[in-house]
Amino acid sequence: MSAGDAAPGIVAIVLVTLATLLIGTWGLRFSRTTSDFLVASRTVAPRLNASAIGGEYLSAASFLGVAGLVLTFGADMLWYPIGWTAGYLVLLVLVAAPLRRSGAYTLPDFAEARLGSRAVRAVCSLLVVAIGWLYLLPQFQGAGLTLRSAIGAPTWVGPVIVGLVVLVNTASGGMRSITFVQAFQYWLKLTALLIPAAVLVAIWLGDGSPGTGSAGAAGDWSVPLAPAGGQGLYVTYSLILATFLGTMGLPHVVVRFYTNPDGAGARRTTLVVLALLGAFYLLPPIYGALGRVYAAELAASGRTDVLVLELPRLMVGGITGDVLTGLVTAGAFAAFLSTSSGLVIAVAGVLSQDVTGRAFGGRRLDGITAFRVGAVLAVLLPCLVAVSAPHVGVAKTVGLAFAVAASTFCPLLLLGIWWRRLTDAGAVAGLAVGGLGSGVAAGITLAWSGDHGWAGVLVEQPAAWSVPLALTTMVVVSLMTARRVPPHTGRFMVRLHTPETLELGRG
Amino acid sequence: MSPLWWRQRRRTHLGSEAERATFRTLHTASLAAPSLRSGLTRESAERSIRHLRALLGTPAMALTDTETALAWDGTGQHHAPAAGRLAALTLDRGGTRVFDRDDLPCAVAGCPVRSAIASPLLVEERIVGTLQVFTPSPTAGLARASDEVARWISGQLELAELDASRTRLMEAEVRALRAQISPHFIYNSLGAIASFVRTDPDRARELLLEFADFTRYSFRRHGEYTTLAEELRSVERYLLLEQARFGDRLRVMLSIAPEVLPVAVPFLCIQPLVENAVRHGLEAAEGGGRIRIVALDRGQECVIEVEDDGAGEDPEKVRRALAGDTELDSVGLGNVDARLRNAFGDDYGLVVETAPGAGTKVVVRVPKFAAGVHT
Repeated sequence: MSAGDAAPGIVAIVLVTLATLLIGTWGLRFSRTTSDFLVASRTVAPRLNASAIGGEYLSAASFLGVAGLVLTFGADMLWYPIGWTAGYLVLLVLVAAPLRRSGAYTLPDFAEARLGSRAVRAVCSLLVVAIGWLYLLPQFQGAGLTLRSAIGAPTWVGPVIVGLVVLVNTASGGMRSITFVQAFQYWLKLTALLIPAAVLVAIWLGDGSPGTGSAGAAGDWSVPLAPAGGQGLYVTYSLILATFLGTMGLPHVVVRFYTNPDGAGARRTTLVVLALLGAFYLLPPIYGALGRVYAAELAASGRTDVLVLELPRLMVGGITGDVLTGLVTAGAFAAFLSTSSGLVIAVAGVLSQDVTGRAFGGRRLDGITAFRVGAVLAVLLPCLVAVSAPHVGVAKTVGLAFAVAASTFCPLLLLGIWWRRLTDAGAVAGLAVGGLGSGVAAGITLAWSGDHGWAGVLVEQPAAWSVPLALTTMVVVSLMTARRVPPHTGRFMVRLHTPETLELGRG
Repeated sequence: MSPLWWRQRRRTHLGSEAERATFRTLHTASLAAPSLRSGLTRESAERSIRHLRALLGTPAMALTDTETALAWDGTGQHHAPAAGRLAALTLDRGGTRVFDRDDLPCAVAGCPVRSAIASPLLVEERIVGTLQVFTPSPTAGLARASDEVARWISGQLELAELDASRTRLMEAEVRALRAQISPHFIYNSLGAIASFVRTDPDRARELLLEFADFTRYSFRRHGEYTTLAEELRSVERYLLLEQARFGDRLRVMLSIAPEVLPVAVPFLCIQPLVENAVRHGLEAAEGGGRIRIVALDRGQECVIEVEDDGAGEDPEKVRRALAGDTELDSVGLGNVDARLRNAFGDDYGLVVETAPGAGTKVVVRVPKFAAGVHT
């Protein structure tokens, strides 16, 4: 790769980093120089918060992975973007408002408030860290891919650079006006995908809208469930379950709901998130389909995750191609910068509260040091794994993180919010069963990838069995330990489900 | 059957028979202690009585208040109604009493409840209930032992009383704080508003409404906690009123991260700090004072800083104020500190950075979530 090829990528990455830092500072200044006191009472508006959630949520998997999957596997893979959006529908209907009213900041907080048990809290903290790590891994892998594709750097450079940037940023207390930064990242990502897509579609129309290669292959590609039969059906349902139910269990998503002033605000925010994500997810499949026409050799070589990054150059030459490449590179860089910042903050927060902030041998770290040590731990492990094992599909790994979240926090939240007979023993049992089941499956998938028939399919997409299993365990064990229903359950339920405007004693 | 070396190891490991007996007794007592620390109620009696009976090893035991049985553990449940009568009799005498079968008529064959030892439970020299031990035949040893147990329970109940009075004190202090809108502030605000009535009636009207809202918030009755947004709104009103009076002499900078506005904080925990800052800030040089109020988002917690560039304070004096010395004129500093610690634990006390002539900065840290704290 020549220096000229690398230029747009480098420019894009530097620009994104600068813009992120500038908006962070600008947001701070904005709140500082104002003499308008009303700033104090102005809570974060649903639209701003929704953009921030979108910015934090749209990860490398959405930006790079979906297009690659559609390119390789065809129409079935459309369930990924659909599920990642529909997860917010479930969140909106069943979880958003009660979760906000519970006053919990993180998922372990919710478990503790609902069940009054330190043990459940500890298990939840463990799971938050596990899910965070599993979700960070593909972000770092995506960084490796992007930097290799954009500037020709070795694969290990990406994870190391992004890990360092995120670490410096979070540990130094950077990203101060985080809501503004993350909201900006959403619009950047949307633009970075929308403008090139429009240009590329125009070129495709100009070419006389060619079809997708030979007729037989095209038929297989665009028809759902065509080649796979029963296994394909299972995979699809499992995928739907994991993505629909997993969103509510993602640590970095949940903490953003705290910013809403009340339950109604949380619902309104979720509604806007649905619209924003719906708009964004229309775009990656376009890249997948165009890739089918113009970049068939990428599908053959297995480097499908770089499709979004390389398609502009394959279709357009010259300066236009360079600009479009710069744009998508900027978007991809923003994608893993924002998602991994959010995840590292969430994981480091839990680690600092429940691990590094604890006393060891009579000594205790103060809050800031504990948070920094937590951030280092949060980055280090996924970074090491990404460097040593860079070859698992980006969207696949994120899918596993969703499966673990759906098998653990989804039953806890749904039953915790809607079923008053949940007990701490039931919660721990359900979390253990769901967490171990899906976690072991995820571990096996990451360690040995390949085709192993039904067993392989069950392990690769565990949600369809692990979610019902966890849910059943939680219900059955709760019923068996009915004596342990926390005494404050009734009062807590009233607080979860009554609108804040209603005057009543919530003590 | 465990092998000999194992038994030996166990013995040395767990200590001699006497040591183990001491351990067992103290451990059983410690099991009963937590529920007794919530005072003598039916619930606490029912939770603790099992462990108390294990201490004395009698067939039955009852805990009563001054009138009826609160809890009964062991056999002979049908005697429970009699416990109230025994309690009343013990109350008359004021010391440990032994009752025999004449006082405990029983028709059940083989019932081990043949006699009772009743010891009064005293809190601050006042009898609040009795401990009644039932046994086939009373002995002097058992009487002495049950007397000791009753004394131990009394100790726990007195601690409970202490806890309760500390909470009451704290509540009283909040009430005092609410009523502590200083008379000067009221005169001065009304005076400032009056001065605008002719020159700028619209502003006067606005200020009057702010004043009404400020007092309504401060005199609010319900709820121990409020959101940071509400608290800052009240601070804002307070500052508007003070600025109406002082004009350009009082300059205020607010920088609030919107992410932390929903955090639950103790009611009136920022406003007293701002009041102090205004006073100290204006005490300084003739140029007037500058006040900075900053709220930052720090992941799991939120940091609020109230800073003035005024005269500053001797750190030793501040230390005394935080320790509860009320002689100083720092309104409510000790009270705010105590309530923060009470709500969030000792890690979350006030931090005051100050020196004579160097201004004062008060830092409040509040976790975004704490069990039992909500608005």
